[in-house]
Amino acid sequence: MQETAPQNTSAAEKGLTGLFNGIVGLLDVFFNGLQRLLGSTNMAYVFVLPNLLIFGIFILLPMMLNFGYAFTGGIDFRLADRPYVGTANFEQLFDCESFSDPNSCREDLFWRAVFNTSGYVVFQVSFMIGFSLLTAIILNKNLRGRAFFRSVFFYPVLLSPIVVALIWKWILQEFGLFNGVLENFGFERVMFLTNSTWARFWVVVISVWAYMGFYTLILLAGLQAIPNSLYEAAQIDGATRFQMFRNITLPLLRPTMLVVVVLALIRAVQVFDIIFAFTRGGPGTATLTLVQYIYEIGFASPSRRFGIASTASITMAVVLVIATLIQLWVNREEEA
Amino acid sequence: MSANNNISTFLSRTRGHNRLDMSDILSYVYLIFGTLIMFGPVLWLVMSSFKDSGEINKFPPRFLPYQQETVVVEGFEDPLPLYMATLEDGTVRQLAQIRRIGLEAQLIDPADPETIYKVRIENREPVESVTFSLDNFREGIESFNFSLYLWNSIFVTITATALTLLVNSMAAFALSKYKFTGRNTIFVIMISTLMIPVSVVLVPVFLVITEIGWNNTLTGIIIPGAATPTGVFLLRQYMLTIPDELIDSARIDGASEWRIYAQIIMPLARPALAVLAIFSIMWRWNDFLWPFIVLSESDKFTLQVGLQTFQSDLTIQWHLILAMTVLTLLPITLVFAFLQKYITTGIATTGMK
Repeated sequence: MQETAPQNTSAAEKGLTGLFNGIVGLLDVFFNGLQRLLGSTNMAYVFVLPNLLIFGIFILLPMMLNFGYAFTGGIDFRLADRPYVGTANFEQLFDCESFSDPNSCREDLFWRAVFNTSGYVVFQVSFMIGFSLLTAIILNKNLRGRAFFRSVFFYPVLLSPIVVALIWKWILQEFGLFNGVLENFGFERVMFLTNSTWARFWVVVISVWAYMGFYTLILLAGLQAIPNSLYEAAQIDGATRFQMFRNITLPLLRPTMLVVVVLALIRAVQVFDIIFAFTRGGPGTATLTLVQYIYEIGFASPSRRFGIASTASITMAVVLVIATLIQLWVNREEEA
Repeated sequence: MSANNNISTFLSRTRGHNRLDMSDILSYVYLIFGTLIMFGPVLWLVMSSFKDSGEINKFPPRFLPYQQETVVVEGFEDPLPLYMATLEDGTVRQLAQIRRIGLEAQLIDPADPETIYKVRIENREPVESVTFSLDNFREGIESFNFSLYLWNSIFVTITATALTLLVNSMAAFALSKYKFTGRNTIFVIMISTLMIPVSVVLVPVFLVITEIGWNNTLTGIIIPGAATPTGVFLLRQYMLTIPDELIDSARIDGASEWRIYAQIIMPLARPALAVLAIFSIMWRWNDFLWPFIVLSESDKFTLQVGLQTFQSDLTIQWHLILAMTVLTLLPITLVFAFLQKYITTGIATTGMK
């Protein structure tokens, strides 16, 4: 078995290389013609063009169009048919008697989504980074089976959000594994997904479960980059383990930690599919998140309110950018 | 005691000194507990997917997929379920049930179908054995249009990954190996959009797609994500490490710019390309939000969209959903099993997903 495996991959590789060379040969005429026409230095533009086209049309242009939607009203989809309304969409979205009570807001769903997402971000990010750090520190020890355990913790990262949601929905359903265990120990069955508090709790748990392996890997790479000689020197000086962790590990891990926190925050703010497939935002609106709100308002409700959806997107983007900048700034302050 | 000593010497051997470190024990406990939590749910799903619809609704649930044994008896069309029945005289016999009337079951001995035994239902226990039944998979594939969704997913994943590699590597080549006006501007704009998630531009991208006429097409999912800033960044950083002298000497030898890209840069950038390819496959296979918005008719659905639609039907048919979920996670699990070294080191060095 093991002897044939490399041969198989090399055969596949040969096939791919052959295919690639074929395509290269076909495009030769085209690109050489271009080079004769433009000169060799200008070929850079030719190489960057396809990417720039896709990037411009599907990322850059939409970012600008977003403002077009946010400042126009009506129900039409085409921008030309939409009347300019100034900041009316923003005023509508932020029309609240009291910002602490979503019920007092004109767009109460938006504010519920804001509150749910904020709660989710706080709990998910802190628990996930806590567990990732602990796991990374343990995996950084010289233990047997490290590679295996590293893969184990990473495996759920590969699963699609839909699959993760379905796995846990199956375990947590009324007659599922968890309730079976509970009843076995003499407790009552719990309707995990139709109780607001439980639903919020499990949303955090399953997303920590699904994503922590990714951050564990990054933190582990950060830990492994810390030179061993520092620990050896500290040991000679009689430092305790805790002192070493506090005075060597934590400060040297800070750059990695910054990347991890920024990434985790950005992803937590825009969480959608895993919760959508898990609870559909329910029960009621207990787990409705910002992106689901944008989806519901812009795509799912019969009256598609693109203006409000875009306004909410822009608000979210602004919050993300500000949060990232604050993080970078705080880090710079402390480094100086 | 001596067994204990053996274990402790075995465990502490890696640390080079001859005692069992307390923090090592705690670490192993944590890792083993973690393995249970990380793999347990998936294992539970896989086990459940082999259960028939009777066993799947059984509460409290059991880990292994048990199935009641049946026997074919002459004179009866369907196979009869087997029970261990306690008869009135106290003897226990393995009998096949022919019908149940209220609280009473009528059973026969398969070897002697003439005599009918009447037993109260609480006096009989089903005869069960562990059976990994593929019925759910078979039925699921038939009722769920699995092969079509699978094909759509494979098609999207492969074409999108090929396109991503080509377009991003060309751009990365230009950005790393040429000096031209606008180079830095282009690079900075691309990098700054790294932080802006797709979900922020949902409405306008949908407008663009609609205007082009790609609504409800697979092209509409493949193209927009092909120019990932992450991919350009990763490849550019890698290509910067390729020495310029190689390119210069190729030029002197008369190679065209296209040949330099295709036959010098691409082969040398293979490690970075492999990482990007693996990630692209992962992104595309698991992608949900964008396909969910673009695709409106079920003949275009990818697996993820199909699965979500199937599970949000009014009556959840768990036995089918579980089987389909297993089939959906199977390919990515296989990819992981074979390429996990590349994936884990790839993430650790590039910090991307």
